[in-house]
Amino acid sequence: METLLKTENLTLSFNGKKILDNLNLTFKRSEIHAVVGPNGAGKSTFASTVMGLDGYRKFEGGIFYKGLSLKELGVYERAKLGITMGWQEPARFEGLKIRQFMKASSKDKKEDSIIEALSILGIDYREYADRIIDKSLSGGERKKFELASIVAMQPELVILDEPDSGIDVASLDNIFGAIRHLHDNGATVILITHSLEVLKNAQYAYLLCSGTLLDEGRVSKIRKYFEGKCLTCAHKNIPLFSELERYV
Amino acid sequence: MLREEILYEAADLKDVIHDPSVARLVINKDKVISSNLVEGIEINTESIKDGVRVRLVVKEGKIIIKPVHLCFGVTAENAVQNIEIDAEIEKGASISLLAHCVFPVAKDVLHKMDAKIRLREKARYSYFERHIHSDSGGVKVIPRTRVILEKEAKFKTEFELVKGRVGLIDMDIESECGSDSIIEMTARINGTEDDRIIIRETGYLNGSNSKGVLTSRVAVRNNASAEIFNKLIAAGDHSRGHVDCKEIIKDNGKASAVPIVEVRNATAHITHEASIGSVDKKQLETLMSRGLDEDEATELIIQGLLN
Repeated sequence: METLLKTENLTLSFNGKKILDNLNLTFKRSEIHAVVGPNGAGKSTFASTVMGLDGYRKFEGGIFYKGLSLKELGVYERAKLGITMGWQEPARFEGLKIRQFMKASSKDKKEDSIIEALSILGIDYREYADRIIDKSLSGGERKKFELASIVAMQPELVILDEPDSGIDVASLDNIFGAIRHLHDNGATVILITHSLEVLKNAQYAYLLCSGTLLDEGRVSKIRKYFEGKCLTCAHKNIPLFSELERYV
Repeated sequence: MLREEILYEAADLKDVIHDPSVARLVINKDKVISSNLVEGIEINTESIKDGVRVRLVVKEGKIIIKPVHLCFGVTAENAVQNIEIDAEIEKGASISLLAHCVFPVAKDVLHKMDAKIRLREKARYSYFERHIHSDSGGVKVIPRTRVILEKEAKFKTEFELVKGRVGLIDMDIESECGSDSIIEMTARINGTEDDRIIIRETGYLNGSNSKGVLTSRVAVRNNASAEIFNKLIAAGDHSRGHVDCKEIIKDNGKASAVPIVEVRNATAHITHEASIGSVDKKQLETLMSRGLDEDEATELIIQGLLN
């Protein structure tokens, strides 16, 4: 399968400390990938670096999207190429109505598409169209609207940072349904997660520890180490390559 | 188009101008050009130098169901307009006013307003004022308002100037609250070019259990400037208040906020929040990650703030 996104020796440092350390990752088109690891592994930094957020542009190595270097491109230019991102904690917008936010995000700007995108997340457009995306919505609700806006955008590459964060159990199916919808419609999805529930939705996974790639492979393989070692990790983000064999 | 029609159209009055159930008062510079009263409202007008004095009374216990339309306009390029309002909302009465201040071709227009509003016990007064200015920047708006609320009265005012150039707006609104009364004062203004915005909002929460919220939302771009002075003084037992000021600046815009909160009673409580600066980075990047360029994203965020 064609490579959509590739990092080559991707390294990002803050104050002399390497947060991403020489990462070589390959994301195949139309697959659901996961980047997993404990807190502090560099997962969100990886997402922010690929999206080109402010403060995450001065990396070493390369990020290539369809063979094109993203190094000189900002968020807008990357979005125009078809890349987008969902934040772990979505932004709040004072005064901005959901109908405005959805329309701004939508690819074809048609109300029908917006209604459909919201319905995938279990949201009734008529009920919420004039609500404001501010503190009057819970974090979980904002998360669903953010994902709905991504569905409406019809991107080619979606990076979702902790997509289950703040989501109640009943709404998890909506989140996973939206991820499947994106995948079914040809999008490549990268799930940034430390949740086994989220990991189950992926096909291929990269395991990060302290900014380093510890292992990669099908989810069934990565899950064993992640569940057995990372979730009970006592050595605080020190990658132990020697222990990998026990779990493979 | 006739001058009156320009005002009617700009002030969204076309649909109600022939409706006898909607009270209205339309003033062009210093002339009353249209009015209609409904039961429960008394409006008397008299000419003053360069303007009109308006005496408005809502009779005791009368609830005016449909919003009353006011329009203060100047259809000339150069003019001075003085409006004096003396309003009394009697005990238990309620009124909602929709005011449009329309200066569509102004090059050098000074609009001065001096309003005194008294709300008697349990009275309700809701006032929404929208300004529609020309793009010349030649409008100077100087409103001064004093409000007195008696027991359990409620006063709500919203000032909006988001279309056309501000020119100069120098507003000063002061209210004094009796027991169990409530004030809500909101201003939303969008400044561009060399517009100058000065907002002074003051609330005295003198009565026990009185409540007040002062809200300002301002965007300044190019070389525009804004100075916001919000002041809440809580003296009444268990009085509560909140001051909330947000200003977004872009280009060479300048903004300042001076929130003053003063508590003179140990059982009272006032909070304030103010933020001034460029557009929030996370909001901007979220919209840009959906394919909006920086200007489009900024515009949408400002639109929301002034919504």
